[in-house]
Amino acid sequence: MLGLPSNLAYVGVLIFVLAGSLWLELVLRTRVFARLPRLLLVLAVVIWPFLLWDAYAIAEGHWFFDTTRITGIYLPAEIPLDELLFFLVIPIASILTIEAVRSVRSWPVGDGSDEEQRQVAQS
Amino acid sequence: MTYTQIAVLSVAIVVVLDLFVFRTRMVARKAFWASYAIIVFFQLITNGMFTGFGIVQYDGAAIIGSTSPTTGPPPMFGDGRIAFAPIEDLLFGFSLILLSISLWVLFGRLGISRTPVSGPPLWRRRVSSRTRD
Repeated sequence: MLGLPSNLAYVGVLIFVLAGSLWLELVLRTRVFARLPRLLLVLAVVIWPFLLWDAYAIAEGHWFFDTTRITGIYLPAEIPLDELLFFLVIPIASILTIEAVRSVRSWPVGDGSDEEQRQVAQS
Repeated sequence: MTYTQIAVLSVAIVVVLDLFVFRTRMVARKAFWASYAIIVFFQLITNGMFTGFGIVQYDGAAIIGSTSPTTGPPPMFGDGRIAFAPIEDLLFGFSLILLSISLWVLFGRLGISRTPVSGPPLWRRRVSSRTRD
C-alpha cells in the first residue's frame, strides 16, 4: 500500500485518521491539546475496557490480524501494539470532532464551559 | 459470548454510564449526534480499509456474517457487512466514541482543564473587547 512496508498497513490507516482530524486543532482552534491533562485522563481511562474486550476477542478468535500488515510488536494477551494505538487515536479524533463542532456551533455539552464557549463565538 | 452479543451489551453499558452514572447525557445532545454523524462517515472509510485489505479478519461464529475469506476482500455490502466491515463494528465504534466523549465532558465538569474553550474557527475574525470599546 503506497510503497510503505506492508507491516505498517495498520499504522498507515491510523495516520490517515490523524491526518483527517489533527488539522482541526489549528483551523477550528479546538484547543484539545491545550487541555492536555483532561485529554490524557480520558485516554488513561478509555483504553482499559477496550483492551480487555480486545484480549477476550483475540483469545476467543472473534477477530484476528494479518501478521504481515501489523507492526509485529505485541502487548500482553497477544494484543498487537497497533490495537493500543487505535484505542488512543480514535478517542483523540472523536474529541477533536466534537470540539470542532462546538467551535462552529457553540451547542452546549454540559462540561461547565458552555457559557465561555458562547462568549468566544460572539466575540 | 459472541462479538454480536458483546457489541450490543457494550452500547447498553456505555449509554447507561452516559445517562445515569456520569450524567453527561451526550445521547440527548445535538452536539454529540452532529459529531457522531461526521465520525461514522470516516469510520466507514477507515474500517473499510482495515477489513477490505484483510488487515483485520473475523470468525463467522462470532458475527452475524460469515468468516472473512482467506483470499480477497469480504463482501462490501450484505452478509452482515457494511463497507467490508461487520455491522458489529458500528456498535463497537459507537461505544468507543461515546465513552471517549462522555469522559471528556465529565472531566471538564469536574474542573480538569475545563478551559481554554474551542473556537472561533480561523475564518471568523476575532475582535478583542478592547477594540470594541
